[in-house]
Amino acid sequence: MSEMTEAPRVAAAPRLPGWAKPLAFALLPVLAALLAGALVLWALGSDPLNYYTYVVERGLLRTRGLQASIVHMIPLLILGTALIVSFRAGLWNLGIDGQYILGTLTAGVVAPKLVAVMPVVPALFLAMLAGAAVGALWALPPALLRAKHGINEVISGLMMSFMATSLAAAIIKLWAKDPASLEPQTSTIPVEQRLPLLPGTDINLGIVIALVVTIAAHLAISRTSAGLKLRILGLNPAAATHAGLPAPRMIVLVLCLSGAIGGFAGAVELTGVLGKMQASWNPAYGFAVVPLVFLARMNGWAMIAFVFAFSVLSIGGASAAVRLGVPQSFTMVLVGFLLLFLALAEWIDQTRREQA
Amino acid sequence: MTYETEIRADPATGPAQPLVALEGVTKRFPGVVANDAVTLEFHPGEVHALLGENGAGKSTLISMLAGVQQPDEGRILIEGVPTKITSPKHALSLGIGTVYQHRMLVPTLTVAENLQMGAPWYRRPDRAAIREKFAESCRAFGIDIDIDRVVGELSLGEQQQVEIIRALWRGGKLLVLDEPTAMLSPAGVRELGRMMGRMRDAGVSIIFITHHLSEAVEFGNRVSVLRSGRVAGAMSADEVAALTPEATRARIVDLMFGAGVEGDTKIERRARRDHGERAFEVVGLSGKSQKGDTGFSDVTFHVQEGEIFGVAGVDGNGQTPLAEAIAGQIPCQGDVLLEGRALGRADVAKRYRLGLRYATDDRLGEGTVASLPISLNMVLKQIGRPPYWRGGVQRDALIDAHAESLFEEFDVRAPSIHTPIGKLSGGNIQKVLLARELSGAAKVVVYNKPTHGLDLKNIETTRRRIRDGADNGIATVLISTDLEEILSLSDRIGVMVRGRMVGVVPNGPDARKRVGAMMAGESEE
Repeated sequence: MSEMTEAPRVAAAPRLPGWAKPLAFALLPVLAALLAGALVLWALGSDPLNYYTYVVERGLLRTRGLQASIVHMIPLLILGTALIVSFRAGLWNLGIDGQYILGTLTAGVVAPKLVAVMPVVPALFLAMLAGAAVGALWALPPALLRAKHGINEVISGLMMSFMATSLAAAIIKLWAKDPASLEPQTSTIPVEQRLPLLPGTDINLGIVIALVVTIAAHLAISRTSAGLKLRILGLNPAAATHAGLPAPRMIVLVLCLSGAIGGFAGAVELTGVLGKMQASWNPAYGFAVVPLVFLARMNGWAMIAFVFAFSVLSIGGASAAVRLGVPQSFTMVLVGFLLLFLALAEWIDQTRREQA
Repeated sequence: MTYETEIRADPATGPAQPLVALEGVTKRFPGVVANDAVTLEFHPGEVHALLGENGAGKSTLISMLAGVQQPDEGRILIEGVPTKITSPKHALSLGIGTVYQHRMLVPTLTVAENLQMGAPWYRRPDRAAIREKFAESCRAFGIDIDIDRVVGELSLGEQQQVEIIRALWRGGKLLVLDEPTAMLSPAGVRELGRMMGRMRDAGVSIIFITHHLSEAVEFGNRVSVLRSGRVAGAMSADEVAALTPEATRARIVDLMFGAGVEGDTKIERRARRDHGERAFEVVGLSGKSQKGDTGFSDVTFHVQEGEIFGVAGVDGNGQTPLAEAIAGQIPCQGDVLLEGRALGRADVAKRYRLGLRYATDDRLGEGTVASLPISLNMVLKQIGRPPYWRGGVQRDALIDAHAESLFEEFDVRAPSIHTPIGKLSGGNIQKVLLARELSGAAKVVVYNKPTHGLDLKNIETTRRRIRDGADNGIATVLISTDLEEILSLSDRIGVMVRGRMVGVVPNGPDARKRVGAMMAGESEE
């Protein structure tokens, strides 16, 4: 009886190769997001197809666009790494933007002075270390509050970010202003004393640094004992204590390391692209990267891919904003849709598996 | 509804028909029989004290009365009518109100606001009526709580009184109190006792769950003892009324621990043997759990090579923090000596390396990391140590080989050593845990409730492991709330009550009585 009812159902199910399902679950949400984005564009009165082709052409296909996209990746990759380090340990360093800004400021203050007295390479290296140190320092109060008193690091981190933006502006206006400039900004590093460009391109060495940092962090998290300890802290803090890991100390270390990488991102951006820190500089990269890190499921390799796609969208979207009048923040609309549809796909997958 | 209108049990004619009766109720979960043919009666105007350890099946029993779960076999009769209690709402409509162990009030709202909740969203709560009703209940049960106070500011006892009143309003006939004294001060317990007395006199039937014998004797009109899902014994209302408190107490001790409950003959004790050197010593150890506020103080005992030292006691009397302190997980005062050497402040990893192992009872909560593969969970306490890590880099081949051999030796049933451990059954998780703690140079192993929550087959396997380990010279500390287990495995037995080790007795024919008496709160002297 049961065999008779079973048989046709099995026959009716199409036989798919093993890789087909994961691929479908990765691609369908992307298509859905593009489609939903197209609807929004259409509602705004723009031609979606026109917009998408324009974005791809300007951000990816043209050499200059591609180079701009790659340069745009540099801070995002390093900040993404900072977030992955903390997220994997179950800690939410959302004070990342403050650490980035103070890292940028530190490098902006220190680098022009250093390049004046020593060769470029060690000077910029020291400036980056200084930026990382300040980033770590800025992450310390939330880290200590979390480790000693269990105070949520998200709230205190966000507070520290607000203070960082104001503090950076105050420092520039009061003490670190370049006397030669009318704008409140630090002294500018001469173009030839910034991070060297890769031969034949406009892409600076920062991309190499960013990729090395990202991949090194990924390997460290997945292949070393320190990385395993960090993951255990994130996956099951009680098991961490049971296995004898010093949880409070690790919380401080991880959050400060994340802060250091955040500050480092700012310093790399300053020594490679910006050349100076302006009092109003607050790109909020951190919050653009958070959804990308989640899309990548905190995996370094996947994060590189998502950051690249996002950069192409941003650079292409910036051109499209000028040319087609679609606001540049439309890029974030697409990212939002993508996040939504990926979560939906995950949910469908899970409920189906539970029913099976 | 006022309580005066409730039907009272007429003491002259005796309780005729029980308000609620369980008839041969059985509830199974995968691998466990939580309730096994339980038959109980609950009469109006009676406090029915239900004694039993954690895991004795009390929670399952309550959840069936509260409509959260349905029995697999047997039936529940309400006023004589067989009834299927399909949902918590249905239970309330049948007159069954439950007060759970964990507080269910919103701490940031006032008492009045808490009492208003639960009505349909479209209906405006009748505040004046609620006030009046609350005042009436306060008068009826002799309590004094300001209805406008924020719940979080009330004492735990007062919060509980509010919950009891709310449960009575919603249910009204049968009130289930799940370990209501667990978090109360002695004064709070006395007050609760008075309140129960008044409710009983008003005709309410009360199920009073506790694992304190003295409370059962003091407050219960009728006493039943649950053990391993079965009713191990019961005293009817007449019986309780006829006996003096001392006699009642003695009778309950008999029911809980005495021979004849399951037959002492069933227990096959470990054969006497000569043990080796004193391998392990705990001297004047005191400490406190970081999770809750249970602690232990001034605990001293020793274990010899090849000996099994049982630690008996009702759950929550300081056994777990004691084990955690021995393992190095929590700070403590006093000394832990391994082969005569004080361990001082050595951390978990160091103690593990020296051969002092701790098999935790919280197997998924802290013992393992669910999403990590079995192989990594096998070396969880050796992270970063050679040979499995060199220069901080993980050496998969060695970790896998290690896991593979333990996998075989401990007969773990899983698709592969790379399966996330969270996908395994409880029995197999326990095997991995034991493999980790028994592998290498294990000298002293502390087991915390090693068979808790396992099915029969795995219980047997685990006990054999413990025995074999001891036979091979491991000094063993066996913490268990299952007295049968302690009696069948241990050479000597220590009893913990309220964080203190109140006595140590050698295992033997009279051990059950002596241990039982100590667990029930009578000191050995």
